Amino acid sequence: MGETILSVKDLHVSFQTYNGIVKAVRGVSFDLKEGETLAIVGESGSGKSVTAKAVMQLLPKETTRVEKGSILYQDEDLLTFHRKEMQKVRGREISMVFQDPMTSLNPTMKIGKQIMEGLRKHHQLSKKEAYDRAKELLELVGISNADARMKAYPHQFSGGMRQRVVIAMALACHPRVLIADEPTTALDVTIQAQILDLMKEIQEKTNTSIIIITHDLGVVANMADRVAVMYAGEIVETGTLEEMFYEPRHPYTWGLLQSMPQLHQNRDIPLMPIPGSPPDVSSLHDGCPFAPRCPYVMSVCHSHLPDYTQISETHTVTCWLEDHRAPEVERPYRPDSGYRGKSTTVGG
Amino acid sequence: MARYIFQRIGYMAVTLLIIITITFFLMQLLPGTPFNNPEKLTDQQLELLNEKYGLDRPLIFQYFTYVGNLLKGDLGTSFQFSGRSVTEIIFERIGPSALIGGQAVFFGAIVGFFLGIISALRHNTIFDYGSVTIAVLGMSIPSFVFGALLQYYIGVKWGILPAALWKSYEYSILPSIALSVMVIATVARFIRSEMLEVLGQDYVVTARAKGISEFVVITFHVVRNALIPVITVLGPLAVSIMTGTLVIEKIFAVPGLGEQFTLSILVNDYSVILGITLFYSALFILIVFVVDILYGIIDPRISLGGGKRDAA
Amino acid sequence: MRHNPSEITDDLFVPSPMEESKKEEITSPPESFWKEAWNRLLKNKGAFFSLIMILIITLLAIFGPMLNPYEYDEQNLDRSNLPPLIPGLEWLGFNGEDTNGVNVYEQREISDPAWFGTDEFGRDLWTRVWKGTQISLFIGLMAALLDLLIGVIYGGVSAYYGGRVDDVMQRIIEILIGIPNLILIILFILILEPGITSIILAMIITGWVNMARIVRGQVLQLKGQEFILASRTLGASHRRLIGRHLLPNVLGPVIVTVMFTIPTAIFFEAFLSFIGLGLQPPLASLGTLIESGYQEMRFFPYKLIFPAIVISLIMICFNVLGDGLRDAFDPKMRK
Repeated sequence: MGETILSVKDLHVSFQTYNGIVKAVRGVSFDLKEGETLAIVGESGSGKSVTAKAVMQLLPKETTRVEKGSILYQDEDLLTFHRKEMQKVRGREISMVFQDPMTSLNPTMKIGKQIMEGLRKHHQLSKKEAYDRAKELLELVGISNADARMKAYPHQFSGGMRQRVVIAMALACHPRVLIADEPTTALDVTIQAQILDLMKEIQEKTNTSIIIITHDLGVVANMADRVAVMYAGEIVETGTLEEMFYEPRHPYTWGLLQSMPQLHQNRDIPLMPIPGSPPDVSSLHDGCPFAPRCPYVMSVCHSHLPDYTQISETHTVTCWLEDHRAPEVERPYRPDSGYRGKSTTVGG
Repeated sequence: MARYIFQRIGYMAVTLLIIITITFFLMQLLPGTPFNNPEKLTDQQLELLNEKYGLDRPLIFQYFTYVGNLLKGDLGTSFQFSGRSVTEIIFERIGPSALIGGQAVFFGAIVGFFLGIISALRHNTIFDYGSVTIAVLGMSIPSFVFGALLQYYIGVKWGILPAALWKSYEYSILPSIALSVMVIATVARFIRSEMLEVLGQDYVVTARAKGISEFVVITFHVVRNALIPVITVLGPLAVSIMTGTLVIEKIFAVPGLGEQFTLSILVNDYSVILGITLFYSALFILIVFVVDILYGIIDPRISLGGGKRDAA
Repeated sequence: MRHNPSEITDDLFVPSPMEESKKEEITSPPESFWKEAWNRLLKNKGAFFSLIMILIITLLAIFGPMLNPYEYDEQNLDRSNLPPLIPGLEWLGFNGEDTNGVNVYEQREISDPAWFGTDEFGRDLWTRVWKGTQISLFIGLMAALLDLLIGVIYGGVSAYYGGRVDDVMQRIIEILIGIPNLILIILFILILEPGITSIILAMIITGWVNMARIVRGQVLQLKGQEFILASRTLGASHRRLIGRHLLPNVLGPVIVTVMFTIPTAIFFEAFLSFIGLGLQPPLASLGTLIESGYQEMRFFPYKLIFPAIVISLIMICFNVLGDGLRDAFDPKMRK
């Protein structure tokens, strides 16, 4: 792995809603190195997408506020960028692929034009050059008959094909960072694998860094070098893929892994779902947000937020169980023969 | 496509036929139409009518004669203007109505367009509240109230523009403005809600994520998509313009179709009333038809005949 | 450090699972659909103000004519064409002066003020304006209720039976939609003599179509929705299904439509009166008052202004309230 290219530090984002202010992201920090893939995992509403959109500064200005923190891209804080400066970053330096390919393409604009738009803006290409490059991109993402497809409208494509188009659009200007927000959630399982393979293949060719946001641990196992687990707007645990799957430290991570079926597992052992539902981030109390659902909860958890504990150079966790005063608990999660490439979904 | 158009034409024909049938039977019921109340007419007039409509023949025959005449563009003869043809009167009077109606649509659509866009782009700001207020007032205050006030203050009290009559171009300004209020309100409200809807779509975020300028995002991704459904308001707008001309022309003494209509009501000149009614209906039905076809051509998602293929 | 280390005492490190009942408390209690809609409406200042305004206008329409001794059709030529005069409100323009600034009351030695002035027959305009409001509101309300009745039955039957019945009923509606309602209204007024009943009838000739479409659309949409299927699978009775699920969901859009029908009917009544197809004197409606006020606008502007203000207020308030209700009922706004 290379240099750190993107570094998010202590990011706080809040929303203004009908029912008051909601703190959707509360002190998120992570680093992304060149050429690596970071997976951000969590249930719906844990603030994954908000974090991603905050990096791109695509959150609606009227209702959201970045309260605190910094987003360093190549040592420059994106949060201090003006609108025009940010436009130069988007698409060219950092690109994004969205969850639902059915709605993320403009229905009344031809595919070709949608791909060419970014190219013409960032690389000042002529119409002809942009057209050729867009055609190349379509071929790169595996769309045959590109000439005809350039003139087609989104509704003439299937879901998987549309996601390929979206990826082609995102890659058009050779971005250094690609943020993929649940890129496969809306697709059929067979198509999911194709899209993931496509992303890996492109990453190998271009050395792009990828942040993949997902609630699918199968996708994580397939794609990620490092994993960050988010809960209620915070990263509760972060580490390498191996650390997260073999030595998880946070009860929430245990819960996530336990609720996932494994191929070689004895079927008589029941899956263990996490009890309760994700908290309403608009009404959080002082303590650890996972406390109400945590099977190992202690008095301190209700009143105080735990600190970050460094387990190894790459592995961090925020949990009171790491405190020396905490009682020893039996780790429920014992990795068996290992986990690779099976798909399951947490939350939803 | 062709099949769809034929189907629509079929509907158009049926609707028109129903309206024609209703007007025919109304003619039978109302006093003072050629089919009724002959004692008010001179012998010579009666004879003319008999010859033309076959009043001594069975009802069904009269009906087909009536429809046949309509198809030839003959809407009957006026009683007020002793025997002048209704078609002639309509053609004579359509000019001023078309002028103020056209100006109102043109002016109203432009103003409404910008109000709606500003309102949506500055959602929940003073600009938004301002244009929403204008739109609600425009929707709510009846055109004859607004027209009367306009005439009283601008025409009579301050004397900025001519208050009534029809002598030169300036005379068309006040009635056009009075008519356009409804257009402004309708267009502004519609564009605002469409824009807000589109602004919340994922593809707008995708467009922004490409790093293209905000102006391009708004113009080519938001406004363009928001504008497509706006042509559907043309039908309702046509109705409100027609409704409007009836009262506005009366207020400003514009010698148009609407004024003729209200005059004819006062003197019970039913053949003119029904003639203008038929004319307005046909015009409205034609506009709705054209709007339908246009929509199918402009929106690539619609394959005519198959409906929307895609909910996105 | 996210907290003061001295706060964290050893005794805090004991297992302390939350009680079941407490867990439930964490999520905010769900409120009923109606209560939530009502709360949202109250937060919408414009809609709330409009609701109050409509109530005030309705009260004035009912009790206004009783507040002075004059009858709406009582002619008194001694009192003809009196400008508005309200003792104490002279500074607001209710000063009894005509357009030339002459105090007509002093000039003609009349002591009893006419609050909104009088018309050329000496009929009291305060009484007539509120009497007219009464009639206009009555027409609007009746038209809306009858629309509702026919529309709900037609739309309900169409959606409930479906299939061929629905097909035929929808073709009929499609044709009716094609006919401009203004034209039908005018034609029907021509047959029926102008009057309150005929205006209401003419209004519902086409008015119900809209309501029928909305009811049908709502019912059809709900019929296919998963939560209905879910409660059916769970064994919900027919009555419960209709009462708890169908009705609240259909009622929202229906109420909104009624809110928009009332001002439309009031507008059409006034419109018909203005072009000479409305009520005949001495009956008063807002439309006839505006029409006759308009005739004398140059010399007696007050005759136009009061009914014009009242009708505009009614239209604005119903439109704003209708918009507010639509937002309040829209489940998409629920968070």
